[in-house]
Amino acid sequence: MGISQSFFAQRFGLSEHDLESYLGEALSSGGEYADLYFEYLANTSIGLDEGIVKSASEGVTLGVGVRVIAGERTGYAYSDDLSPEKIRKAARTAARIAKGPASIAKTGFEEARKHNLYPMIHAPNEAGLDERVELVKRADAAARAHDPRVFQVQATYADSLRHVMVATSEGRISYDRQPMARLSVAALARENGGAPQHGYSGGGGRVTLDFFQGEKSPEYFAREAARQAIVQLGAVEAPSGEMTVVLGPGWPGILLHEAVGHGLEADFNRKGVSAFSGRIGEQVASPLCTVIDDGTIGSRRGSLNVDDEGVPTQNNVLIEKGVLRGYLQDQLSSRLMKTASTGSGRRESYQHMPMPRMTNTYMFAGESDPEEIVRSVPKGIYCATFAGGQVDITSGNFVFSATESYLIENGKITRPVRGASLIGNGPEALKYVSMIGNDLKLDEGIGICGKEGQHVPVGVGIPTLKIDRMTVGGTAG
Amino acid sequence: MSELQDIASGAVKLALKLGATDAECTISEGEEFSAGVRMREVETLKQAGSRGAGIRVLIGRHTGSSHTSDLTREGIENMVRAALGVARITTEDPFAGLPEDSDFGKLAIDLQLYDDAIARLEPDWKMGEALQAEEAALSADPRIQNSEGASFDSYLGTQVFANSRGFAGSYRTSSCALSVAPVAKSNGSMERDYWHSASRRAAGIDSPAEVGRRAAARALRRLNPRKVATQKAPVIFEPRTARALLGELCDAVNGGAIYRDASFLAGKLGERIGSDALTIVDDATMPGLFGSSPFDDEGVITRRNVIVERGVLKSYLLNTYCARKLGLKTTGSASRGLAGNAGVGPGNFFIQPGAVNEADMIGGVRDGLYVTELIGASANTVTGDYSSGAAGLWIENGELAYPVSEITIAGNLQQMLMDVQQAGSNLEFRHSIESPAILIGEMTISGR
Repeated sequence: MGISQSFFAQRFGLSEHDLESYLGEALSSGGEYADLYFEYLANTSIGLDEGIVKSASEGVTLGVGVRVIAGERTGYAYSDDLSPEKIRKAARTAARIAKGPASIAKTGFEEARKHNLYPMIHAPNEAGLDERVELVKRADAAARAHDPRVFQVQATYADSLRHVMVATSEGRISYDRQPMARLSVAALARENGGAPQHGYSGGGGRVTLDFFQGEKSPEYFAREAARQAIVQLGAVEAPSGEMTVVLGPGWPGILLHEAVGHGLEADFNRKGVSAFSGRIGEQVASPLCTVIDDGTIGSRRGSLNVDDEGVPTQNNVLIEKGVLRGYLQDQLSSRLMKTASTGSGRRESYQHMPMPRMTNTYMFAGESDPEEIVRSVPKGIYCATFAGGQVDITSGNFVFSATESYLIENGKITRPVRGASLIGNGPEALKYVSMIGNDLKLDEGIGICGKEGQHVPVGVGIPTLKIDRMTVGGTAG
Repeated sequence: MSELQDIASGAVKLALKLGATDAECTISEGEEFSAGVRMREVETLKQAGSRGAGIRVLIGRHTGSSHTSDLTREGIENMVRAALGVARITTEDPFAGLPEDSDFGKLAIDLQLYDDAIARLEPDWKMGEALQAEEAALSADPRIQNSEGASFDSYLGTQVFANSRGFAGSYRTSSCALSVAPVAKSNGSMERDYWHSASRRAAGIDSPAEVGRRAAARALRRLNPRKVATQKAPVIFEPRTARALLGELCDAVNGGAIYRDASFLAGKLGERIGSDALTIVDDATMPGLFGSSPFDDEGVITRRNVIVERGVLKSYLLNTYCARKLGLKTTGSASRGLAGNAGVGPGNFFIQPGAVNEADMIGGVRDGLYVTELIGASANTVTGDYSSGAAGLWIENGELAYPVSEITIAGNLQQMLMDVQQAGSNLEFRHSIESPAILIGEMTISGR
């Protein structure tokens, strides 16, 4: 596709010459590199609550971000107006970071190689509203039908279509059309007038609306939310202290995101402030563990044809058989660390500077039968679902919050326990992984990762995992 | 500002013309500046302005909303048509609608939300402040040789609102903040911490030397932490962690959670939910503070709401919709971004300070935890279950004895509120939710 066929050329009349001239303006005070990130985002959200569709919203956001890199310095400016005067003004503002004679941008653009991970004719937001509102209504009906103890259901459907174009002073240009859809269901259940309990489920990805007509239907997510709320009705206090922890497959992979993923982002390591800084080649996990960050899995929430700096995403090995192999690089850090970008430069929107981020982070399957893993634990906890997590990059301490877990007693999963946080230390925690299941599963597609105030969609996954020692933060003695 | 007011009123008029029975439009405009420095060099410089509009329309009792960053005539018309288009798929809701006419209004006093001096600050001066603050941290101690940097951020904003009942209002806001995040290292231990000062006034910011010094002291005192044994013990939340805990409580009094019966405080108005030491106020009328505004995001006049008085639950936080669902009056707590319908949000939401200073509070604890950082906190608003990663200092015989980390603290908010033994005297307003230090009699600490 040439520039003239691109969304931005057709909609806003941008030409190759315009882009060259804006990049020239950006480098008018020097600097080695400049780029332009054009974004047009359309989104829809539909909310059902108390059995009725209470809210429906659409929106459009558009703008351009201009960045100039001069050594370790970055200048950034943006405009929500794509008129030539406003883009030029943003370019001149970003240029102020450099102080010297003008640098010359390359003339002409070559289109960057990219994947085709979410080919589709109709993005979800191009389907009819009636078709989409049906999803939340079906979710509501299914959650209530699952069990009479369910008394409250909230179902939310949201989709977006993002058009992006990235042009760089090195003559690279890339375009992408990034769809996203997500359906989520929250249910409250109560027994005999007692205290209510909460359940939550959801999923989606870079998919067409048909995704929700298959296995991952509104009924599937609704039953899961209702089931979790019902399970919690019988939950006892969570245990406290160090114990053996078994993580179920899928979403509990948030462990990897917090324990190792963030700590391997290149910006922290370039600055020497990560607990993993300078530890490439060291054993940081049990030899059973191989951890990947892969932005190239078709239709996944964390996947991208090109990252937000126009670089194709990759399958990056972070930990191989327990040994730390690599960092997640963006343009800035890779330039300064004299290596290549790993296609990990991401940003929330045109108003934000890119930085190294994860995409879909998962661990390779092992050889153990998941049931055998549970049978091997005399006393411990089994965690099936999590709410979220956080990490302190510098000390390496990370936390993730279990919302559905069970006691393991004499090799058997027994009583459900109430929500509890688990805490560990990144470079140490995975050394205690002693068994890995043969049941690798990726999450359903609801992850959002926050870093320095910027939120981007991500995915995680793990097989069933046994960790011999981890601190569980319940209230029971 | 009058240009934006015209756009907002125009959008409302257009909505009525195209078939809406009621409409309200919010426009916000902002200019942000951020200077980041690291290791004594300028690292980032960011400056830009943006604007956006959001509209809510009613067609009878059907509600639709939309937003746009395109404020041209065409962009606004597209926004209005989109809102009317999506209203069609919503269900008729007898509780939907704009506030009662008698609720509209704006505070007559000058809330001092805008300081022109911030608009006049030079980029070089702001970079200088950040450089000095980082320098103060780096030179505080030989164990501080690295830093995640320092930054000076400023923001100038305009909020404009108009609705179809004839209410129109606008106000300007400003803010600036200086923050530093030094990294301390010693004997194989590496710890980061930060400190920041924020104000709506240029002169309200603490000196770079002070901000840097405090950030350094915080990072240093975390070095070489221990992991304590699992036990039950008293816990003091310093103001920075107490405000995070108070944020969970703010969610539990949110009218949206109350009418859905999704809060452990639903149905408890007038009942004792906390100890005598606990008084919580929500006040959007305090001059110069981050949670203040002359009217809420539905055009309702703001006010001072006592939420908890000496342990008794007195009020929820309500917008018009939640109030109608519960048969109560709005508390002027409507809050919205540009997208979607108005939700509920706090003004200045704080625990009323007590008489005891923090040192005396610590002095009264024989064996317990002083929490300086919460990581990955999770609070279940429905049940009150609370569990969080934590770091801090261990208290031995009334003294801060040694740093602790890689532990969790857990309890249930219902019991924790009853167990608030003291609120400290050290309340400072740097966010819209703030708290002095608080002492909770007993929580479960998980460690070794």
